[in-house]
Amino acid sequence: MSAHDSPEAIQAETRKYIMVFAALAVLTVITVAVSYLDLSIGLAVTLAMIVASVKGTLVAAYFMHLLDERKTIYAILGLTMFFFVVLMILPVGAFSDHNGASTEVAHEVDGEHH
Amino acid sequence: MEIPYTVEPRPDTGLYNAKLGIWLFLASEVMLFGALFSTYILLRTGNPNWVQHPMDVPLATLNTMILISSSVTVVLAWAGLRLKNFAQFRKYGILTMLLAGGFMVVKGIEYSAEFSAGLFPWTDNYMAVYFTMTGLHGLHILGGMVVLAYLLGPGAKMWDSNPEQFTNRIEVFGLYWHFVDLVWIFLFPSLYLL
Repeated sequence: MSAHDSPEAIQAETRKYIMVFAALAVLTVITVAVSYLDLSIGLAVTLAMIVASVKGTLVAAYFMHLLDERKTIYAILGLTMFFFVVLMILPVGAFSDHNGASTEVAHEVDGEHH
Repeated sequence: MEIPYTVEPRPDTGLYNAKLGIWLFLASEVMLFGALFSTYILLRTGNPNWVQHPMDVPLATLNTMILISSSVTVVLAWAGLRLKNFAQFRKYGILTMLLAGGFMVVKGIEYSAEFSAGLFPWTDNYMAVYFTMTGLHGLHILGGMVVLAYLLGPGAKMWDSNPEQFTNRIEVFGLYWHFVDLVWIFLFPSLYLL
């Protein structure tokens, strides 16, 4: 049994899990509270995504143990995050082509029901 | 023939095979949900007449609390097995199952209210995105419940024959469950609050 798996280490981890849970609960309340403020959509999106990212990081780092993992997993996640970022940037690319096609299509599809 | 590296790590990856497998699966899941988020951004920012229906924020907040609680109960169940305490595993495993069931019930109440208000996936783009993303997420919860039911039921016999492999199975299940929680953490503000 490694020091990592000693009962004392596991109990210390357990206490950390409870603290992370408390932090996630508080951040959830903050997310909801911020949504009731009269903010511009840009600021609201930025704040909501910052809080969600902090929550996501806590889950990944502590519950999924990414703070202390093997290089293989970091390599897989690094590659995944690269392609994920590309996916998120794709809509920006769709607008920057200046042909307006995506806007028209979205408009038409939604317009069919109104 | 015995399946290799179910307990001891492979020398080249430093991981037991199931752990490598679940991370590769989760990588594909990131891309699946990523594609849906990307589609949502494209549809929403590209439509000047975007219709955003008011959603039931208190119920969704309750579901967020339920899911993050279930993430804690899963790690506590896994910690129980690492402490060789099967009773702790069972207690927190059952609690996780109840929380997952609670999430689905709350989601069912939400869907029912939306259908009653005449909101369906074909109503408009927002409702299409909402039902696709929350529906797919709900299917992931259901899938997790089926696996957990197996691990708490017939699958738990492995604890007697191979406790290390069973502990690893719970760790792998936990990684999946935390990912499902993580997806909800981003779905909640994106679909309900913005």
